[in-house]
Amino acid sequence: MDQDRRTFLGQTGKWLVLTASAAIAWEHVLAGRPEEAPNYKATDHWWGMAIDIEKCIGCGTCVRACKTENDVPHEAFTFRTWVERYVVDPADFDHPVVESPNGGYDGFHQREVRDPTLKMFYVPKLCNHCEHSPCVQVCPVGATFESQDGVVLVDKSYCLGCRYCVQACPYGCRFIDPRTHTVDKCSLCYHRITRGLTTACCETCPTGARALADLKDPKDPIHAFLREHKVQVLKPQMATGSKMYYNGLDGSVR
Amino acid sequence: MPGVEGFIYPNELELQWSVLIVLYPFITGLVAGAFILASLERVFNVQAVKPTYRLALLTALAFLLVAPLPLQLHLGHPERSLEMYLTPHTQSAMAMFGFVYLWYLMVVLVLEIWLDYRRDIVLKWRASTGLSRLLYGAMALWSDNIGESALRLDDRVGRALTVIGIPSAFLLHGYVGFIFGSIKANPWWSTPLMPIVFLFSAIVSGIACILLLYFVTCWLRRVPVDMPCVDTIAKYLYYAFLVDFSLEMLDLIHRLYEADESFRALDFMVKTRLFTSQIVVQIVLGTLVPLAVLGATQLVTFTERARRALYVLAGALTMIGIFAMRWNVVIGGQLFSKSFLGYTTYKMEFATREGLLPAIALMILPLVILWVLIRLLPPWGHGGDVQDRRARM
Repeated sequence: MDQDRRTFLGQTGKWLVLTASAAIAWEHVLAGRPEEAPNYKATDHWWGMAIDIEKCIGCGTCVRACKTENDVPHEAFTFRTWVERYVVDPADFDHPVVESPNGGYDGFHQREVRDPTLKMFYVPKLCNHCEHSPCVQVCPVGATFESQDGVVLVDKSYCLGCRYCVQACPYGCRFIDPRTHTVDKCSLCYHRITRGLTTACCETCPTGARALADLKDPKDPIHAFLREHKVQVLKPQMATGSKMYYNGLDGSVR
Repeated sequence: MPGVEGFIYPNELELQWSVLIVLYPFITGLVAGAFILASLERVFNVQAVKPTYRLALLTALAFLLVAPLPLQLHLGHPERSLEMYLTPHTQSAMAMFGFVYLWYLMVVLVLEIWLDYRRDIVLKWRASTGLSRLLYGAMALWSDNIGESALRLDDRVGRALTVIGIPSAFLLHGYVGFIFGSIKANPWWSTPLMPIVFLFSAIVSGIACILLLYFVTCWLRRVPVDMPCVDTIAKYLYYAFLVDFSLEMLDLIHRLYEADESFRALDFMVKTRLFTSQIVVQIVLGTLVPLAVLGATQLVTFTERARRALYVLAGALTMIGIFAMRWNVVIGGQLFSKSFLGYTTYKMEFATREGLLPAIALMILPLVILWVLIRLLPPWGHGGDVQDRRARM
């Protein structure tokens, strides 16, 4: 009987230890994985976006669509995408006047530019889904990660809320969701693009200023866009491998 | 937008790292500095600082125990912090904190203190009764061998540990500097000098802290201050501070001369929002004045009384200066937009999780822990005090 009890306790102990280790290991395996979608093969895609500044009218539809689609809080500091308006004196390139009231959510007030030498344009911004993301590099637990199809995602169930990634992003694309106390950012509408749809911002843009691009698809118009335009990324000196390709990006844009 | 000047990215409206993250490098700096001062006696055989050897070790331990608390309080999900140990992301500088911390705490500090105190612990175990007997027995790991050969072995291992401990202390604080220095998105932080500036400022703050604590403990115990000891500590403080100041000035001159794209924004910030904390508190009050005071004590012969007063003044100003330095790095690094076109402000809260009140509590807590440690493991009467030395004469 004594021996039986010992065996029983031993077995139970082993199971307890094994279950705990397996649970930890399983959590590790699951962490940093995008959600699965049927008939979608991540390795067949490489996502980015073509943004045409010359087409953007600053209406803010993309900002509103994004907030609605992705349930982004309506705070003044929580934007997955936003629009900036630049007014630049070409002779004083270093001092652009920039504004983005409520991230451009409500559009922009009419601004009369009386001086004909000034130029004015709108710059839509979002996560650059960098190939060498500084935010992914610094995350202490791997809660933010690059998916196989080139999208930078966040596992909210794993994020510590240490905010190191917010500091590391050169573009100001990340924020802390005040409801979950975890980091949030543009997911390139991953739940949509893996089902053959485009992002909410691209879908609703009335002028076609933004277009989702699959760089691995030879038929994607992005290839012609990149070939036919003078294209630039934001802050190229940061060498982050940004995949947001801007046409008509003025040198004054930060 | 209140508190905002110029243009900042919309998401930058919220400041990410609060006063608690200022405490983190400040506290780890004190740990590293205190340990390095202790090592002077052990490894380099600087006998004059012996009265502070054990006090420095206990202080390092007290502060090290508190070091992760500000981080823990700051996390959005403190309950997930264990994931940093279980599933660390090896490319992340922050993920390595847990390991550097544990290495330093367990391998270096706890083991070294234990080896150094083992004889005392065993003697106390033998002499005490009841609960304290149990406590000291547990602390001795129920091994009461304090024979000559065992103590000699303790000493040898302890010395080896200190030799490992010095690079570990360098690692601990150099690493904290790297957390900031490696963020290329932030030009205020991103410099390879950051780890080394952090390291030397850590040494400076640790030495100043032990100097002040030594004065306080002498005053509380009503024993005379060992003048050769404080003279030596002040001398080391002066030299370490000179190196630290040179490094910081090198960084500043380099920025001024290079004047890269971020310069205008940073220059504006230093002249306005950071003027008081950077120019007035950190550089003038916290660096130039204590350097002048310490320099004067090296050049002019003052009376003992005057020297004591000058050392306390220099030590206190140094601590304020180094705290201001941490503040200017952590908070200053978040006051300008990464667009370099605007600035924001930091409003410290009071009785919130990341407010002033927990920050004050976190600064008092190590002193409480130190008091307990001193009660448990008295650092005096080990041949270091003036009376001990006189008794031996």
